[in-house]
Amino acid sequence: MTEPTAADLAEVSSAAGAPAREVTRQGMWGPGPGDTSGYNGIVRRFERFAPTDRPYGSYFDEVVDRLIGLLPGVDLGHVVVAHNELTIFVPRADLLDVLTACRDDALLRFEVCVSVSGVHFPDMPGEELHVVYHLLSITHNRRVRLQVTCADADPHVPSSVSVYPMTDWHERETYDMFGVIFDGHPALTRILMPDDWDGFPQRKDYPLGGVPVEYKGAVVPPPDQRRSYS
Amino acid sequence: MTDESVGTVYVAQGGDWDDIARAQADRGDETIVINMGPQHPSTHGVLRLILEMDGETVTSLRPGIGFLHTGIEKNMEYRTYSQGPTFVTRMDYVAPIFNEVVYCLAVEKLLDLEVPERANILRVLCMELNRISSHLVAVGTGGMEIGALTMMTIGFREREMILDFFEALCGTRMNHAYIRPGGVAIDLPDDGLPRLKGVIDWLHKHLWEYGAFCNENPIFKGRMQGVATLDLTQCMVYGASGPVLRAAGYPWDLRKSQPYCGYETYDFDVITWDTNDAYGRFRIRLAEMEESLKIVEQCYDRLAATTGQPVMVEDPKYAWPAQLTVGPDGQGNSNEKIKHIMAESMEALIHHFKTVTEGFRVPAGQAYVAIESPKGELGCHLVSDGGTRPYRVHVRDPGFNHLQAAPAMCEGAMISDVVVAVASLDPVLGGVDR
Repeated sequence: MTEPTAADLAEVSSAAGAPAREVTRQGMWGPGPGDTSGYNGIVRRFERFAPTDRPYGSYFDEVVDRLIGLLPGVDLGHVVVAHNELTIFVPRADLLDVLTACRDDALLRFEVCVSVSGVHFPDMPGEELHVVYHLLSITHNRRVRLQVTCADADPHVPSSVSVYPMTDWHERETYDMFGVIFDGHPALTRILMPDDWDGFPQRKDYPLGGVPVEYKGAVVPPPDQRRSYS
Repeated sequence: MTDESVGTVYVAQGGDWDDIARAQADRGDETIVINMGPQHPSTHGVLRLILEMDGETVTSLRPGIGFLHTGIEKNMEYRTYSQGPTFVTRMDYVAPIFNEVVYCLAVEKLLDLEVPERANILRVLCMELNRISSHLVAVGTGGMEIGALTMMTIGFREREMILDFFEALCGTRMNHAYIRPGGVAIDLPDDGLPRLKGVIDWLHKHLWEYGAFCNENPIFKGRMQGVATLDLTQCMVYGASGPVLRAAGYPWDLRKSQPYCGYETYDFDVITWDTNDAYGRFRIRLAEMEESLKIVEQCYDRLAATTGQPVMVEDPKYAWPAQLTVGPDGQGNSNEKIKHIMAESMEALIHHFKTVTEGFRVPAGQAYVAIESPKGELGCHLVSDGGTRPYRVHVRDPGFNHLQAAPAMCEGAMISDVVVAVASLDPVLGGVDR
């Protein structure tokens, strides 16, 4: 039996008030003590993107304060600091204002948006799709992550291409894989999958595919049908 | 082909050359649409370039990618963290070690794991050897495409020495899966240091030849100088990094500015050039190979000084339980390890089984790690759900980002410059398409 891991220590007890992004996971196999079969039926609760309290440390307070100062009307209250990385959740309506401020302000000066990608959380109702922007300031040697959420039913996010031209293909890939529609993108077409492909492969409800493989009479099921310990 | 509403329609699917020539003669213009790739030898894999030409001048270039998309990121969501390196190594297959390192650094960041010193030295050693071999492919194939065939033949000769070393180290010449979360798969073999010395001596003996062949060669310079220019402003617009950015004169190297794996303790220089063109990128790659060789020599000394130290974290929660050794068949588990788990310790067997089948859990959260690959900033965005498998892995490949700049480099230039421009970006389509 394995020792409890840091993931278990990070569990949020439901008694401490129900946070907005609390997620429950149930698996037949789980860590911690239980009967020797391993079939604990354990239920784990944890909060996704739990907000961090000030002070954030490092240059993070400075960046957040500057953004709030520049954009007083924008709700930048959800900030996560973990692993020495700063994540700011941005309301999607204000994304372009925030990106423009990040790029143009001399104290922020994030010249490059190195990466845009998506993450799909089907268990977060109303904010299933997350778009993640990684900004890099070469001048100040800093990084910041901006995160925008949108619902599966309304997968629209403003395109950042007018602010950061290098995100053109990154947004196309995010559209291709997650179906996020970037409003204002100059040519939002599929980029990796064929043009006539149905579905968005990186979404969690999209099957991996694969065939069972027979070897000397035994059959190995495809990877998505094998036993999962997650 | 004419459509009343839109005017002349040009198509890129090719066909019988006589028909194409006749159609163009009928139209009476110089415009032709060419489909270059995806199987063109000078497109570095399966890159498709759709060129609109006015005579020999490129008026429009549109890169088409995705022919090598294999769903690596999706597949990794169905494997344990320990199985990840096997997948990421197949992304940019010319610089596989870098993919493994960036993925493992992201996993270790979420785990707050410190890898042992010797593991870091081995990682730096492999990265720098791999940087040399990747640059050799870049200058070799890039030279071949403009007629400098010897660059390719001698480039692959030197690369072979490095691949031989990798083979002796971990059993495979490419797709190593050598870097693992928590360290590296296996220590140097018994004859590792003498072998490494042989590689260093060989590279010292031969690396200068590339410059001697090309640096002042008038044909080479005529093909490379002033071609595929991207100045600092354009580099910022396209988010360029690596040799492309440094050829615009900006000394940005993540090994210096945001060090990882202990790069801050090595002595090397960041190379820049001031011509913004393909020739500058070529010279940067040549000089960077010399710098990498300097780092490799420092790794040699440190490896000699740390012989016998661990190459994987001590914590058995995360360390891969197998101890590899070279058996009669060329690879395999060590007999002592097999004896221990099969005959001596039930607990060791259970531990081995659990670690291999179930894997370890990574605390929920996300991390982005960026390293300096031979092509530029290679990033890994890793999201964990607290389970034994990555919830989401995204690899930001520099080639993917850089190919966006190809139209800016090529439009208005000659078609023969397209080949030079693409080669100077050094995209590897395995990484671009993932």
